[in-house]
Amino acid sequence: MDRFLFLTFDGLSRGAVYAAFALALVLIWRAGRIVNFAQGAMAVAAAYVAYSVTAVTGSYWLGFGAALLAGLLLGAIVDVAVMRLVDHRSPLNPVIVALGLVLLIQAVLGMVYGNEYLPARTPFSRSALAVGGTPVLSPYDLFVFATVGVVGAALVWIFTRTAIGLRMRAAAFAPEVSRLLGVNVGGMLTLGWALASGVGALAAMLIIPTELGLHPHAMDLVFVSAFTAAVLGGLDSPPGAVVGGLGVGLLLSYVSGYAGGDLIPLAVLALLLTVLLLRPGGLFAPVTARRV
Amino acid sequence: MGGDLLTAEALAAGYGPVPVLHNVDLRVPTGTIAAVIGANGAGKTTLLRALSGMLRPTAGRIVFDGRDLRGTPVEQLVRRGVAHVPEGRGVIGELTVAENLRLGALWRRDRAAAASALDEVYQLFEPLARRRRHLGHQLSGGERQMLALGRALVGRPRLLLLDEPSLGLAPRVVAQTMALLRQLCDDTGLTVLLVEQNVRSALAVADQGIVMSLGRVVLAAPAARLRDDAELRHAYLGF
Repeated sequence: MDRFLFLTFDGLSRGAVYAAFALALVLIWRAGRIVNFAQGAMAVAAAYVAYSVTAVTGSYWLGFGAALLAGLLLGAIVDVAVMRLVDHRSPLNPVIVALGLVLLIQAVLGMVYGNEYLPARTPFSRSALAVGGTPVLSPYDLFVFATVGVVGAALVWIFTRTAIGLRMRAAAFAPEVSRLLGVNVGGMLTLGWALASGVGALAAMLIIPTELGLHPHAMDLVFVSAFTAAVLGGLDSPPGAVVGGLGVGLLLSYVSGYAGGDLIPLAVLALLLTVLLLRPGGLFAPVTARRV
Repeated sequence: MGGDLLTAEALAAGYGPVPVLHNVDLRVPTGTIAAVIGANGAGKTTLLRALSGMLRPTAGRIVFDGRDLRGTPVEQLVRRGVAHVPEGRGVIGELTVAENLRLGALWRRDRAAAASALDEVYQLFEPLARRRRHLGHQLSGGERQMLALGRALVGRPRLLLLDEPSLGLAPRVVAQTMALLRQLCDDTGLTVLLVEQNVRSALAVADQGIVMSLGRVVLAAPAARLRDDAELRHAYLGF
């Protein structure tokens, strides 16, 4: 029972990060109907910025802030300088370009920082606090929950309560009508990319210290897990991404706890396959009206 | 009053290599309603899209309020005082009634004026006020029409471009809409250019009828003449 409890909390903590990362995928999917396969690499690039800033200043938090800023900026740049120029008539084009971006970013990071694991710090202890003799949650887990919670709430607030959020939703749903109503649709798309990439950078900052460390490929498996989470929730649904993220986190935690850590990639792919076979629209797929 | 709010001279436009509009001339005096009528495929919708810049004209001039409208980005159009309600009315189904309306006023810097314009629209279209929190796709056809029109009006436009406002609506709702347009023109000096297949109801309120056929303007005449002159009607409208 102790083991089960520990694995559950550990899974929820990882799941919160997957949820954030899946949310970033959903944001871009909703804004531009693109699955951003480069999101993992972009997030790693932001984490390297944090590494450099922390190395120079000695402050974890300055590095953390720098990573978020770098994430926002990188998202905007990728939209304006790359995705905007891609012919979107075939949905395959942005996918291929995003995969190319992955190779480019990982190659550049490897040349600048080297292809080896660099140590990544956590701001709080990772040893679990015991409740009634059972180790459950570490201070770092609490930090992860709080950060993801705050970011999720902030996104909900932006999209439902602010004028800019209304513009972003309108631009995504009906670009032509939005332009007639004076909405800068291109600007909203860029903003969506920036926000998503910022959330992705945050997720990378949260999860990299809990794994082997900083490496150009550090987010590869996280991306696959988060992508599975996003598909599980239905790519269009932000609540679905959160539920999917927590679900995938739990599953992987149980698999690695009871069956062995080597099976994690296999479990992710098996889950992805199952979802795509049984419910390709995801658990939270909205009823789609047939367009005539 | 007096003078033309909108004129087009020798306007040509099309999709890719296929020309649709040829040499279109029209003038819409301030504070009047002009009805563009004609069969399917006559180029009516294309004309509206070219006027609002959604489709770049290949030749000709568009002058709005004394200034050339070509080259104005579509996003800037509302700020110049032109509202375009597209075919199918363009209500965003995923947003609520209140959000759709708010969107129409977002570009306005003067928040107080925007808020009072919103209130006015809720008074003008009472059913919308009752369904504020409903999603756009939950509305009936008539309510969507109100929403699209209301959303254009919160921007306080000087020129309203309407594409097929009667499409799919009950005759009584069409008559109400047309009467409302007439009232807005008379009371506020709004200028309307509407594209319509429903010739009778359009001509009933319009000042001017512009008949299009195969991408050309074949006749522009006072609406009353088109309505009452049986020979003209037979020749150009086929009834």
